[in-house]
Amino acid sequence: MLAARGLVFPPINELLRWQDIFPTFNKIALIACLAAVLGIGLFLIASRADPMVAPTGPRNLAEQTIEFVEEGIVMQTLGKDGLKWTPFLLSLFIFIFLCNIPGILPIFQMPATARIAIPLTLSLLVWVIYIGVGLKHQGAAYFGHLLWPPGVPTALKPLVGAIEFISTIIVTPFSLTVRLMANMLAGHILLVTFALLTAALATAETSQFLLVPASILPFGMLVFLTAFEILVAFLQAYIFAILAAVYISNSTAGHGDEH
Amino acid sequence: MEAFSALVAAADEAGIDPADAKNTAAAAGAGYAYGLAAIGPGIGIGYLVGKSVEAMARQPEAAGMVRTTMFFGIAFTEALALIGFVVFILLKFA
Repeated sequence: MLAARGLVFPPINELLRWQDIFPTFNKIALIACLAAVLGIGLFLIASRADPMVAPTGPRNLAEQTIEFVEEGIVMQTLGKDGLKWTPFLLSLFIFIFLCNIPGILPIFQMPATARIAIPLTLSLLVWVIYIGVGLKHQGAAYFGHLLWPPGVPTALKPLVGAIEFISTIIVTPFSLTVRLMANMLAGHILLVTFALLTAALATAETSQFLLVPASILPFGMLVFLTAFEILVAFLQAYIFAILAAVYISNSTAGHGDEH
Repeated sequence: MEAFSALVAAADEAGIDPADAKNTAAAAGAGYAYGLAAIGPGIGIGYLVGKSVEAMARQPEAAGMVRTTMFFGIAFTEALALIGFVVFILLKFA
């Protein structure tokens, strides 16, 4: 990967693809499975604890997470009626966060959400759910509300209808997918870049005596970016969950407050 | 991609290795794609967060609501830069 002199950036497949551990199962799938098992396991263990005593350990963590999802995601978007959505949004949040965080964990060093499969599946799930919720709450009138927000002049209906159709049916799942995938991919490539720079400077065979100690500069950046990636992993999970909640609340209420 | 085939044809006539010409153009184009895509969202997010901080400082009791709305705004604004990044990856590696 590193030439004797200078820096060679590896091809993208080297950064993002792995040999199958066994057919059709590689590191990405392993991380996704671990994330699911870890998330389910945490809440199963937490549910065993006695609810009557002060929460400790896993239960404490689980309660904090649920409270965060209720206060920070559900109450902000869906309101009190939306509390029944907490389990779904909580699962989304936990799963995405646990898929993101291996991006900075040693050994894994790869966010599972940097490959498009997981974000795409999750956003298609959200897409099906918010259309389903709209149909359930408003019946066939949902498509009317989806195309024409109340109060649109008749002359503008074709234009507004086309724009609204494209934005709700096509752009929404696409942007939900790309936002999560590109954020994690960008973070992963940034970390790779600074790790390679550090390694290339530290092992440079050169007569410039300042070049080798200068590897502390990209190393400092690498440490900072690792901390930054923790923030991004959390923030992207939060944004995905809160946007899912917003789309669901748009479907239940229709456009505006006329319902 | 049509631009690339025109470029490859031109390079072939000039006696340059077509693959080299394509990679050079793709690398330059990728840099411009991301750089230009970052300008708008950069201004947008700066404006958005600045206004949010102003709002939070004026009315600290509304900070929670402002913060949530700020994250929506960031998510939508940032999407443009991220699409630029995806284009960068596609140009550079695809």
